[in-house]
Amino acid sequence: MGLISSGSSKKSSGARSVKISFWRRLVMFFVTNLQQGIGSLGELSRTPWASLMTIAVLGLSLTLPATLYVVVKNAQSATGEWDQAAEISLFLRKDLQTQEIQSFRERVRLMNEVETVNLIDREAGLREFRESSGFGSALDYLQSNPLPDVLVVVPVPEYRSSERAQRLLGVLEQEREVDSARLDLQWLQRLQAIVNVVENSLAALAILLSLAVVLIVGNTIRLAILNRRDEIMIMKLVGATNAYIQRPFLYTGFWYGVIGGVIAWISTTLMVWWISASVAQLTALYDSSFRLAGLDFSEMMVLWLVAIVLGLLGSWIAVRRHVAAIEPT
Amino acid sequence: MIRFEQVSKTYPGGFQALKKVTFELPPGELAFLTGHSGAGKSTLLRLVALMERPSLGRVLINGHDLNKIKSRQIPYLRRDIGMIFQDHRLLMDKTVFDNVALPLYIEGFTQSEAKKRVQAALDKVGLRGHERKYPIMLSGGEQQRVGIARAIVNKPPLLLADEPTGNLDPKLSLEIMQLFESFHQVGVSVLIATHDLALVARMRHRNLVLKDGFMIDDGLAGSQFDPLGEELPSWD
Repeated sequence: MGLISSGSSKKSSGARSVKISFWRRLVMFFVTNLQQGIGSLGELSRTPWASLMTIAVLGLSLTLPATLYVVVKNAQSATGEWDQAAEISLFLRKDLQTQEIQSFRERVRLMNEVETVNLIDREAGLREFRESSGFGSALDYLQSNPLPDVLVVVPVPEYRSSERAQRLLGVLEQEREVDSARLDLQWLQRLQAIVNVVENSLAALAILLSLAVVLIVGNTIRLAILNRRDEIMIMKLVGATNAYIQRPFLYTGFWYGVIGGVIAWISTTLMVWWISASVAQLTALYDSSFRLAGLDFSEMMVLWLVAIVLGLLGSWIAVRRHVAAIEPT
Repeated sequence: MIRFEQVSKTYPGGFQALKKVTFELPPGELAFLTGHSGAGKSTLLRLVALMERPSLGRVLINGHDLNKIKSRQIPYLRRDIGMIFQDHRLLMDKTVFDNVALPLYIEGFTQSEAKKRVQAALDKVGLRGHERKYPIMLSGGEQQRVGIARAIVNKPPLLLADEPTGNLDPKLSLEIMQLFESFHQVGVSVLIATHDLALVARMRHRNLVLKDGFMIDDGLAGSQFDPLGEELPSWD
């Protein structure tokens, strides 16, 4: 209750009989919130262009990081598969007898770290090379097969990380039968580093764009507050708290986020659809049937949440600064 | 209800609007506040409504020292003070009903309760049936009465009016003043700043007189004072 009537002379003043129970207040708090929330939605439609521009900026600003995120996500899932396929190729010395090769193969197969061993003998290797390299007829001029026998070793899953596979490589390289060994990880590491660079730039870009969104929403709300300066003064004169006055503006920011988030969905989906055509073309060249995966449900929810939080944050900054500053005169 | 203790107010820039003003207004009293323009009438009302803080001295309302009221408590204080302005201060894009109901919405009344109270308040000021109109459709006197309805709708114990009849003709002014008198009769404290001396003389209530920021008459010895008579302090 009010400060004056809370004094001891409340009865004697006799003019005031306002009493609202706590529960009624609580219920009315939510009713008022609902009213103000819906009311501020109506407020948006009163200034459709200004609102729409701010909402569009919010939605489109989020589209860029969201689309890049989709690209990085797909790149990661693609390289993730490659990372699993860590294989060690052992090139065997050429002076070994078939018997020696077989027993070496058996020895490697029995190692704890190894899951499968596949022998590609030199003849099979030459055949495969002839077929896939396009040097078919040129190879006929060779007098002897230049290829060594190759053991392709796939480590057990625990040994597929680059560091452990490297250690296994070191062990196998020491074997007498092995001429040289290769673990094709370096290019994978480079790819991973590139993906990291892209990811970090993406994060920086997302932060910058979010900041811009907050400032733009804040500025729009600031103008809305200043437009209603007289109304705010009157409300303060009849006893409105800052919180009561701020709420419609915070809801406006909330709606900006809600609608802006939907715009971000739509435009991200369009962008992914646009890109996927060229990605399909690219992967077709690599004989792959890789398909670009768009945003899934939880990612869409996150995108929506981010949009709403940015809208709220922008309006919160504006009301913090400007509602309190308006004092009745 | 209102007590000023040696209150001075200096505005930034050095203009001294009030100088050591001391007076007391008991609960339930109706008093006028008169004086020439710039004598400090508005400043005095603004100090009561905490639109300004005193530079020196204390303002007490119902025993509460306003200097000790934090800014976040000000809205709750203002809910107990009905304020009426010369320029009405209505929301022009809202209906009469919504204008009058504004303090109730802010306090958290339900729609049905608010409706009853708004009806009662509009009845009181003689504007029954104008709920759906917009302020722009009403005459100046009617707009002023909407402002009064808004001020009394949540039944505050204290009414402050700053030149409420400033733009009205004598007949309407008298009606408005009689309205204030009726609130006074049900126990509301009323303080009216005005320079309509003829009206003040007719009403025969306590009259506080400000001149150049000094309170030259607190109206207590003054029932023998006739504001239009010879003894009137000359502040013109």
